[in-house]
Amino acid sequence: MSVKTFGVLVFPGSNCDHDAYHAMAHVMNAETKFIWHKDTDLSDVDFLIVPGGFSYGDYLRSGAIARFSPVMQEVTQFAMQGKPVLGICNGFQILLEAGLLPGAMLHNKQLRYVCKQVYLRCETTNSLFTSNLSAGQVLQIPVAHGEGNYFTDPDRLKELQDNDQIVFRYCNAAGELTEEANFNGSVDNIAGICNKQRNVLGMMPHPERAMEKALGSDDGKLIFESILNQFATA
Amino acid sequence: MYKATVNVTLRKSILDPKGKAAHHALQNLGLNEIENVRIGKLIKLDIDAESPERAKKIAEDACNQLLANEVMEDFTVTIDEQ
Repeated sequence: MSVKTFGVLVFPGSNCDHDAYHAMAHVMNAETKFIWHKDTDLSDVDFLIVPGGFSYGDYLRSGAIARFSPVMQEVTQFAMQGKPVLGICNGFQILLEAGLLPGAMLHNKQLRYVCKQVYLRCETTNSLFTSNLSAGQVLQIPVAHGEGNYFTDPDRLKELQDNDQIVFRYCNAAGELTEEANFNGSVDNIAGICNKQRNVLGMMPHPERAMEKALGSDDGKLIFESILNQFATA
Repeated sequence: MYKATVNVTLRKSILDPKGKAAHHALQNLGLNEIENVRIGKLIKLDIDAESPERAKKIAEDACNQLLANEVMEDFTVTIDEQ
């Protein structure tokens, strides 16, 4: 088996790029490299992470300007070829703006930036990101965002539900989908979705910040272990 | 040269938390006649085009491709001669 390489995109204003690099290179011991947003060669990368932060200062809308960075055309090609892409937080917002995932992000319902540990329920194991998890499994992973109120119209929501594209929902510690657990007001408690082809995942919570028990939780590792496991058996 | 004024607003069906917060503050000021507040963006473009129709088309392209997100926002464009 050839060594799989993880690429972490870097935009002006990305600030979780080093967290993602640390998670992959030092915790998961995977081959990892940074990719500057002006680079356009993704030929030596097998998996792309679009990290969190405030690309282009969130001007206009979160992710709206980053979407037009030179690298994004290549990212779209990469995704169209069925290669895996994970967008975290601002990375999720960028993938929405780029049209690689459906929907949009509104301001959190209480208008505040929220930074805290939350619980997520894994809703489907039918993705390379969650293949090691069990359906209904609860993960503790932190969030840090002001615009994570996922919105899509009722028809599109039904499509997401029917196609099993909702990968994570906000829940309480017992795994119940309560209104209170849905702190940002997302439709249907949505915390993460994948595309129809199931190779692109966007999620607001930060698994790369939940890699070591000393930092509160290492549940994020379960997601990256799923990915590496899928690569090993591919 | 034409001046385009672009108004971008959240779609009517979408709750506008910023507008709601501002409305609440206006009520605290005693301006109870104000029944609703929606907050959007005003964007001004200077466009070098041969006709107002062409300028409008360019501004609408800009909205569709970048300035507005059709999932959650509506926009209007007005064109004035400079």
